[in-house]
Amino acid sequence: MDKVQNNKAWFLVLPVLVLVAFSAVIPLMTVVNYSVQDTFGNNVFFWEGLGWFEQVLTDSRAHSALGRQLAFSGIILAIQIPLGIAIAVCMPKKGFWASVCLVLMALPLLIPWNVVGTIWQIMGRGDIGLVGYSLSAIGIDWNYARDPLHAWITVVVMDVWHWTSLVALLAYAGLQSIPQAYYQAAKIDQASRWSVFRYIELPKMQGVLLIAILLRFMDSFMIYTEPFVVTGGGPGSATSFLSIDLVKMALGQFDLGPAAAFSLMYFLVILLVSWVFYTIMTNLDKAEGR
Amino acid sequence: MVQITLDNLAHSYLPNPQSEDDFALKQLDHVWKDGEAYALLGASGCGKSTLLNIISGLLVPSRGRILFGDRDVTHQDTVARNIAQVFQFPVVYDTMSVGDNLAFPLRNRGMAPAAIAAQVQKIAAMIGMEDQLGRKARGLTADAKQKISLGRGMVREDVNAILFDEPLTVIDPHMKWELRTQLKALHNEFGHTMIYVTHDQTEALTFADKVVVMHDGRVVQLGTPEDLFDTPEHTFVGYFIGSPGMNLIDADVAGDTAHCGGHAIDLGGHYRAPQGRVQIGIRPEFVTLTTGDHGLPVTIKRIEDVGRHQILRAEFAGKPVNAILPEGFAMPAGANRLHFAPDRINVYADDWRVAPLQAVATPERKAV
Amino acid sequence: MSLVLDGVSKVVEGQNHITPTDLTLERGTMNVLLGPTSSGKTTLMRLMAGLDVPATGRVIWEGRDVTGMRVQDRKVAMVYQQFINYPSMTVYDNIASPLKLMGLNRSEIDRKVREAADLMQLGPLLDRKPLELSGGQQQRCALARALVKDAGLVLLDEPLANLDYKLREELRAEIPRIFEESGAIFVYATTEPEEALLLGGNVATMWQGKITQFGPTPSVYRQPRDATTARVFSDPPMNFTRFVKAGDKIDFGHGAVAAQGALAQLADGPYTAGFRPDHLHLTSQGAGGLHFACTLRVTEITGSETFVHLDHTGDRWVGLIHGVHHLDFGAPITVWLDAAHVYVFGENGDLVAPASYAAAA
Repeated sequence: MDKVQNNKAWFLVLPVLVLVAFSAVIPLMTVVNYSVQDTFGNNVFFWEGLGWFEQVLTDSRAHSALGRQLAFSGIILAIQIPLGIAIAVCMPKKGFWASVCLVLMALPLLIPWNVVGTIWQIMGRGDIGLVGYSLSAIGIDWNYARDPLHAWITVVVMDVWHWTSLVALLAYAGLQSIPQAYYQAAKIDQASRWSVFRYIELPKMQGVLLIAILLRFMDSFMIYTEPFVVTGGGPGSATSFLSIDLVKMALGQFDLGPAAAFSLMYFLVILLVSWVFYTIMTNLDKAEGR
Repeated sequence: MVQITLDNLAHSYLPNPQSEDDFALKQLDHVWKDGEAYALLGASGCGKSTLLNIISGLLVPSRGRILFGDRDVTHQDTVARNIAQVFQFPVVYDTMSVGDNLAFPLRNRGMAPAAIAAQVQKIAAMIGMEDQLGRKARGLTADAKQKISLGRGMVREDVNAILFDEPLTVIDPHMKWELRTQLKALHNEFGHTMIYVTHDQTEALTFADKVVVMHDGRVVQLGTPEDLFDTPEHTFVGYFIGSPGMNLIDADVAGDTAHCGGHAIDLGGHYRAPQGRVQIGIRPEFVTLTTGDHGLPVTIKRIEDVGRHQILRAEFAGKPVNAILPEGFAMPAGANRLHFAPDRINVYADDWRVAPLQAVATPERKAV
Repeated sequence: MSLVLDGVSKVVEGQNHITPTDLTLERGTMNVLLGPTSSGKTTLMRLMAGLDVPATGRVIWEGRDVTGMRVQDRKVAMVYQQFINYPSMTVYDNIASPLKLMGLNRSEIDRKVREAADLMQLGPLLDRKPLELSGGQQQRCALARALVKDAGLVLLDEPLANLDYKLREELRAEIPRIFEESGAIFVYATTEPEEALLLGGNVATMWQGKITQFGPTPSVYRQPRDATTARVFSDPPMNFTRFVKAGDKIDFGHGAVAAQGALAQLADGPYTAGFRPDHLHLTSQGAGGLHFACTLRVTEITGSETFVHLDHTGDRWVGLIHGVHHLDFGAPITVWLDAAHVYVFGENGDLVAPASYAAAA
């Protein structure tokens, strides 16, 4: 719709533009600057062109970090989305217990990232941690600091614990917006519980679920704090996801050029994925026809 | 199919209703005969939706019983009652095709695929969507979706009753005609018991064999459309049915004459002087405009051309009186009196109709 | 004061939502936009209000081009099908809100609010919140807010559609009265022909984004320019049937009969006849009448009248017959029609000969 244009409104946006320039645009440009130059210290820079990008693209270390990252995001989406929907469907729709459930669900979301990491770091320990000790007691030699599989399981379980409730809350909101008449009609049609889910609840939740997937994908793709606290990216580099690897590269080894090129590509990947999601969602809206 | 009996029914949304005002639905006894088409007519908040929900099993009444045949179903749910219902706003399964939507209730009951296909074809033809059976329901217009809802409500032939809750709200006027005719044709063909809730008198009167008029949680009249038009039992029915509604004028009634502000009006029957607030009621259809000194002198406000007829808006003693005049009728000069057809006048005492002791002459039943 | 639409059109994604439209609305007139859902009524109103910018053409208000002007800068009031009020404000504050924005002083606001409230019979309800009111009262509140603005252009988009039948009748009777007192240009969108007739004034019939005819309501009703207008402005829909004129005979598909009255004047060729449901009769209407053999599909009884749904060699007809008639479904039935009530349309749908009764009326 082409509405009547009023250009005065742009002035109101100006403060935000300035703020965004300082907080995002200028740092981003610095990164771009680093990504095409090399330095040997003393603030002396040499033009590198696309060299760093080439290096990162052909670097097997970056490849494996990306592989781990995709695997991690895929796994947690595959667990959190169905689990979140299941929880939402099972939650009471109204009354006292609905409020209790909502508060309980919101709790993990309120805990700071590094605290979550710390909680699970301790929980998983074989000597004092509840989970680690229990597992050891039933004969499993649990050690996430040594066994890559154990490290992965710990990190995935931690993320599921931390974020499934977000998916559940979004799905719950989607369910609440379904008019009662739909359930009554389904009853009259003698639809099974599965049919009600498949043909009413799932289609009506579609919009919020897409948002949930997008949020969870982006968030998990950028995950840093929790695995850093729990495993520090180890053992070896078993849980070194993209951002952990990036920090190692930039701060640990002070390879500013490759790190800058790396982060730019990282940024582009996220942008691309978000754009794909956005397109899907707007197309769905259109198909809805309102 | 089955006869539905409401036995001593009443409902209140409050846990401990004290006075009669606490009841959304007041004392009600009624039998819905098998195979008839009923309309429940009333303004919003009159209790008609409450009654519908009690019949469909979505609401358990605070008092009384519902019987399907001889079976007490008061505490049974909708499925056990084997009822189909169409809601006010379209309810469709978005991700299914139109055909699958129609087939859904049949599939859930394990009907043979060939029989389903045949039945779906028939219903699709009825709602005029044969050529869209394959497309997804998502993205259809609201009235197309409502047609699917109607179709799904009528696809099962073995239901005890079909309930309609203002089903044509979202439908265009022209389409309303089409769909209502189809419903009526379907009723003639299958003889389902149908209960149709609406606030629209035209829909109610044209659809139903019997119309139940509700007002303030009470049934004020049950009758054929003719009964409601000719002899409204309550002034509310007179007002609610007809457009404009019945004219009501305060009067003193004695014998076969009514006196309104000193003017004598002949009545079609003989009345013993009724008690309370006495009014005479006459439909605008039976009011004619005359000259001379017979009839009620009125002040003419304006004439509205409604196409197929004209509505004369006038006032008598500060109260509106309306008359319906034929299309193209030219008002005679100096016409300022209204004549009421005597056998069409009803007498009301405290809003309820008083039956005449005997009719004066054979009523000539013909509208203007 | 006038509102002129000069070649205004609206295109959305390559589709013409409004084909280029010329329309002049004069000060102090009631103008009804009549057409089915999604025929372009709301879109046209949005263009008039300045909520949308036309793809082509100009909007001229009091001789001034206001095409790109914001809705806030125009003197426009709008009432929608949904009852839109500020839920947290009282009825008084709701009605006063546009006046406060205009910066009037308190006593003047008070006077105007009470005046509008009296007009809309909201006097005793001024201290209530909108959600404590009935649907009809909520819509009265919205109407009062629109009226108090003293806007030159008042747009009403199906304002009564969400109300009960009887309430609709009451408010509908009040709207022309309110309008008479305001002197503004009123534009009222509706899907119902009967509503258009009751409101009077002018009517613009709309079909698929196009105004098919604009003029005084009774004359558009009785002298439609084409078959589309006739169909839009008829409830139940107008009945149509094709016929062929040859010499002094006409043939409706079941044998030639002598052409009478206006029909005798037609040039030879194929035509479509149109007539309104209330002009069909079950008994002969005397000499010069046409009669048709039909099959009765369904009857509907309103208490004083009977709708008969007929099948005439494939044409679906509706007749509105006075009195109550109980007839057998599926039975053959003969219906009569006075030739004076027949409109004749050409192959392209344009009116060829008006019904002669209409010219007299």
